[in-house]
Amino acid sequence: MKDVRKTVRLAVLAAAVILIIVGIRENGFREVMSRAVMICLDCIGIG
Amino acid sequence: MRGARRKTGRDFGRRYVQLIAAVLYNCHITGFATGRIYRGSFKGICAPGLNCYSCPGAVFACPLGALQGALAGSARRIPYYVLGTFLLFGVLLGRVICGFLCPFGLIQELLHAVPLPKIRKSRVTRGLSCVKYGILIVLVIAYPLIRIAPGFCRIFCPAGTLEAGIPLVLKDAHLREQIGGLFSLKVAVLAACILLCMICYRAFCRFFCPLGAIYSLFHPIAFWGIRVEEEKCTGCQACVHACRMDVRRVGDRECIHCGDCRNVCPERAIRYGGGSKK
Repeated sequence: MKDVRKTVRLAVLAAAVILIIVGIRENGFREVMSRAVMICLDCIGIG
Repeated sequence: MRGARRKTGRDFGRRYVQLIAAVLYNCHITGFATGRIYRGSFKGICAPGLNCYSCPGAVFACPLGALQGALAGSARRIPYYVLGTFLLFGVLLGRVICGFLCPFGLIQELLHAVPLPKIRKSRVTRGLSCVKYGILIVLVIAYPLIRIAPGFCRIFCPAGTLEAGIPLVLKDAHLREQIGGLFSLKVAVLAACILLCMICYRAFCRFFCPLGAIYSLFHPIAFWGIRVEEEKCTGCQACVHACRMDVRRVGDRECIHCGDCRNVCPERAIRYGGGSKK
């Protein structure tokens, strides 16, 4: 059971790194940034 | 008395980590004075805890806001970057983030110190802890896909109202002119949340936070967190009785790894560490 957990843990970590790299290449970082640098009118209750 | 909780230096250590995290997430101090949010490149990085990115002090993006924005974004592409970020935070720390690195978790704990009658945990609160999964599915995932807008941020998030809505509206007359029913609703939600947190420990965290819901899914595999040493544990359940969250056992999906249980374990069987759980 511990070995299964360890394997799953490492697999998820690897998937996370791969997804982040793929996401950055697909402009995911820029998209997050472009939203976050603008005031989110929904978040502040103006909509 | 079994389950009696004694404060130790460890409690204050966690508080320091929470404070440092809150300050780091919101270190754009001039924003509070000017009413202008930070627009630098750090905003492309998600902070692990709940912290509205429209907060004038916020330096990082909010992971929930980023996820909803990505789902509501054009072309309905899979948000690889945001999903990868969630996987990374979840597998490394899971709900340790809730216990140590969430500014809104800190705010809830400070509110709970207000001397008012308290609601104890029970089967009802344990049942209510499932509501956050519904909020995750409906407001964080489905609403943005269907309505092309961030559902949780728009309708519910008290962190957004407290950290961003109120400071920005106070500072900016133009925003103040645009206040309407939605702002009133969000302020009402915030007020209810504040009152609830005063009488019920971490009520938002336990019952409503979709970010906690996401991180809770990683509890079997997170690299680091609270661990029970099986060979020392006698099954006395002092840890569960002392815990203020709705855990059934230390380290389960409701555990925020605060370490309160370590202070009451008569066998000293509970520790922080990496590797596999009990």
